Order: sequence, then structure tokens, then C-alpha cells
Amino acid sequence: MIVDLQRFIATGRPFWTELERMLDRLEAEPDLRMTLPQLQLFHQLYERTAADLAKITTLSSEPETRRYLENLVARSYGEIHETRAQQRRIFPLQWFFQTLPRTFRRHVRAFYLSVAITLAGCAFGGLATTFDPDSRHVTMPFGHDQLRPRERVEQEESRTENRLAGHRSSFSAYLMTHNIKVSVFTLALGMTWGVGTIFMLFYNGVILGAISVDYIADGQLKFLLGWLMPHGVVEIPAILIAGQAGLMLARALIGRGSRASLRTRLREISGDVVTLIFGVGVLLVWAGFVEAFLSQYHEPVIPYSAKIAFGSVELVLLSVFLAKSGSRPDPSPENPDA
Amino acid sequence: MKTSMLFIRTPEGIVFSQLLAGPVTRFFAWFIDQLCITAAMMLLGTAFNLLALIGGNVATALYIISYFVISIGYGIFFEWSRRGQTIGKKLFRLRVVDVEGMRLQFNQIVVRNLLRFVDSLPLFYFVGGATCWFNSQCQRLGDIAANTIVIRNPRRAEPDLDQLLAGKYNSLRQYPHLAARLRQRVSPTEADVALQALLRREAFDSVARVELFGDLAAHFRAKVDFPAEALDGVADEQYLRNVVDVLYRAHGKPATEKAVSV
Repeated sequence: MIVDLQRFIATGRPFWTELERMLDRLEAEPDLRMTLPQLQLFHQLYERTAADLAKITTLSSEPETRRYLENLVARSYGEIHETRAQQRRIFPLQWFFQTLPRTFRRHVRAFYLSVAITLAGCAFGGLATTFDPDSRHVTMPFGHDQLRPRERVEQEESRTENRLAGHRSSFSAYLMTHNIKVSVFTLALGMTWGVGTIFMLFYNGVILGAISVDYIADGQLKFLLGWLMPHGVVEIPAILIAGQAGLMLARALIGRGSRASLRTRLREISGDVVTLIFGVGVLLVWAGFVEAFLSQYHEPVIPYSAKIAFGSVELVLLSVFLAKSGSRPDPSPENPDA
Repeated sequence: MKTSMLFIRTPEGIVFSQLLAGPVTRFFAWFIDQLCITAAMMLLGTAFNLLALIGGNVATALYIISYFVISIGYGIFFEWSRRGQTIGKKLFRLRVVDVEGMRLQFNQIVVRNLLRFVDSLPLFYFVGGATCWFNSQCQRLGDIAANTIVIRNPRRAEPDLDQLLAGKYNSLRQYPHLAARLRQRVSPTEADVALQALLRREAFDSVARVELFGDLAAHFRAKVDFPAEALDGVADEQYLRNVVDVLYRAHGKPATEKAVSV
């Protein structure tokens, strides 16, 4: 086929320019919804440009025009063939009270697995502390191995000055960012076929089990609950949910029992993984506040019973939220979660 | 098999290609992004120092949170708002795109940026770089999880054809229908080989150059049979120059100049 290049370009240029203009507008306004005539025109321009690309691909003399048309076809291709729902404006309350809990429930088996791994870690940590007291130097970080629980309780309860005075805000910020980093890391390690996520969950369980058994064995259960419950009932489930997201990633990567390709499997879960990790972020911001402003204060400043009651209320609310929130069908036909 | 191009075939049967970015270019782009984050944090640090005069602890808390949000959110914000380009990527003409040519989704951008936590292990993106090196589409772990690739749109320096062809008489242009047939029969790769051979003329050993131009001239002569009077007294190298002139310049005017104005 012999093509008169100048004529070819002169004829095609108006169509290419129009297509480029429509693409620029679509990309600049993600919420834009074209009318049927606009869609028809867009499709027609795409097909025309694709056909022009097919013609010019065989020619050696127009590399720039070929690249220009390739670019137009590549951009249009994504718009024409994309079948995933277009993301529109975010409604934070709807997302938090509906999308997040529904997503959590849709993958609740991964959460149960996350809980089981952490409980196995707890059991290991508890047994290690019971049968090998020296292991506390390994299983208890943050200096908890330096004092016996009874000594620490006495120290905390006899403290007259507020050791966090003037530092509560920065301590809270540190806790939030640190815990979110650990959670994202737990999620990201799902890409190691889940080995890293399992290790992180198990290790967290070991620490929790070791410290709990140490305090219970020393007769400090009330202090332990008053210390851990206000923030722990939110923080620990948050890390378990991060583990849930990591295990979802691992499952998609392994693909056992699925005939879909790796790309399809990963594509199917990516939205849910993002929803869960944003939810984890929200929970950990709350936990960071509570840990800095409440958990670190003990009797006689705040009675343990009040702290335990606060933690219990949080636990109930969180459980109800995750189990029930958004379970009523959404009347909106556009909502995929309904 | 590792390749530097990603080819996508549309349902209409049209094939278009994307040039994949390598780990080294991506590392440099990342380095620029780190400099931008550092610069932003230095500016914020100055602002928070002023705020510390009013409330020191709140300023410290805000600084910690800002650093965290900027270091994680920088890539997400720019890749979402600038269609797959951070500042570093823009400088190196890189862009994040969907691996199947689809529209880039917010979820994909978040996943690929959160997985930097693993890709950056243990230092300087060793895990990500190694994965990228061995992956057929140059993807790090975050790209695999998010179904994205990073493509490169290099700015190609246009060859100085006027100097290369030096305004000599081109006997092939006397036969426009045969010249058009030559343009039609030569593939872009073949045309590029001829052009590169002429551009690198001085880099070849003289004997090797004569042999190379001889082989190339024979190759192009076989494409279209020009009349004997068009080829009389035309050396292999000059024949090759004439071919490049026909291929790259329509009607004596650089074709690329015309294409840019599209």
C-alpha cells in the first residue's frame, strides 16, 4: 500500500485533534460523564485514529506521527475498554460506616486466619515466659523485661509527677505513625506469599502473650487490663485487619483454587485491600490518641475500673461496627456493596 | 523473556507499544522525589519552628504527622493528580500506567505506593530493584501487586539530516513512484539502521565501513529495482544517503518537522 503522506496527515489531522481534545477533557475532569452522542463521537474518533495508526505502522518515514498516534490510541484504549467502575467523589461517612465494614465481612475468613496466627503467637509467648523466664529478654521489647510487673505497678502508682506532661501530643503522633507503619508493613509483606505477614502477626502475638502471662502470673491482671484495654481493643484488631489485608494479597498471589490469571486475581482484591488499610489507619489514629492521653495514666489518677469500662465499651462498639454496620441493603443501585 | 517494550493489541487488532523504564532510570527519578520530600520537610520544619514559639509540643506532633503523610502521600498525590507522574518521573519522562493499557485507578496507585515498604528493603530499594531487574516487564513488587508498569517517553534528538545529506543530487527522486514504493517497503527498523549507520560513519574502521555500507546498499537495492541510470556511478555509501533522504524527507522537506506540527 502506497500512502501519500501529506494527504494522509492533512486528512487525519482534524480527527486526531478532536480526539486529543476529548481525551484532555476526560483526563482533566474525572467526574465527567459523556452524553450518548459524545460517546458515539469518541468511539468513532478512536476507531478512525486506530485505523490510521495501522496504516502508518508499515511506513518507515513518519516515526513522530506514528508515536503521536500510538499515544492517542493508548490513551483512548484505556477510556474505551475500561470496565471497572469509575471512581467518583468520596463520601467519608458512607465509606466508613458502609464500605469498610462490608469489605471486612467479605474477607472475614482471612481475618479469622489472622486472629489464629496471632493467638498461636500469644500461646507461644505465654508458654515461653512460663517455662523459660529468661526468654522475657527476647519476647518483651520496649524495656518491659527490665522490671518485674509488680515493681512497675508500684512505680506507676507512686508517681507524683506527670511524666508525659508537655509531650502527650508528640507521643500520640509518634504512636499513630509508628503503628500505621507497622500495619502497612504487615500488609505489604503479603507479597512474600504471606510468609512476612504471618511472621509479623505471630511476633505481635508472642509479645502480647509474653507480657500478659508475665503480668497475670505476678498478680497484676487489673493493672494489665487497665493499661492495655483502652487502646489495645482498637489497636490490636487494627493490626489484625492489616494482617487480613496482607493474607488477601498473599492468597491472590498464590491463586490456589482459582482459574483466574494473577493479574485478574490481584485486580479483584486491590480495591478491598486499600479500603481495609485506610480503615486500619483511622482506627490507629484513635488508638494513638487514647494510648497517649488515657492508657498511660494509672491509679490513683484514673481508676482501673473506669479504664476497663472504657475499653469494654470500645470493644463492644468496634465489634458491632465490624459485624453489623452497613449490613442493611443500600437503596442506591450504583452501590456495588449493596 | 525480558523486553524493553510492552506491546498491547486492542480488540480491533491494532498494536501499540510502550517503552518500559529500567531500574536505573527509575532509581534516579526516585532520588529526585526524595530530594523534593526533603525540601518540603525543610520548609515545613521552618514553619513548625515558628509555631513552636506558641506551642512546642503541638508543633513537634504536627511535624511528625506531616513527615509521615508527605513521605507516604507524595507519590500517591502526584501519581493520581498528574496522571502517573511524580516530579522525578516527569523530569526523567517516566509515567506509571496500567499494565493492560487501562485507565489508572486510585486503588492501583495506593497499592503500588504502600508496597514501597517492602520494595525499599533492606536499603535503597534493593528488593524492588532486584525484582525489577528480573521481571520481564521491569515491575517491582508494588507494580506487580497493583498491575502497573512504568513507561518511558524519551525525547529523541532529531538527526541533522541537512548536514548528513549535504544537499547532494539524489537520483532516486527522479522516480517518485519508485521512491514511494521504497518508503512503503522499508520497515521503521530498517530505516533506523540505515540512518544510524550514516550518523556513526566516523566510528567505523574504514574497511568495516565499506563492507557495512556495501551490505546495507545491497539490502536496500533488493527492495526496489530502480533503473540503471539512477544508480550509475553512485557508490554504496551515496546510495545509502539517497535512500535515507527518500525515507526521512518527504518532497525534500524533513518529514519529522511536519509530523511535529500535527
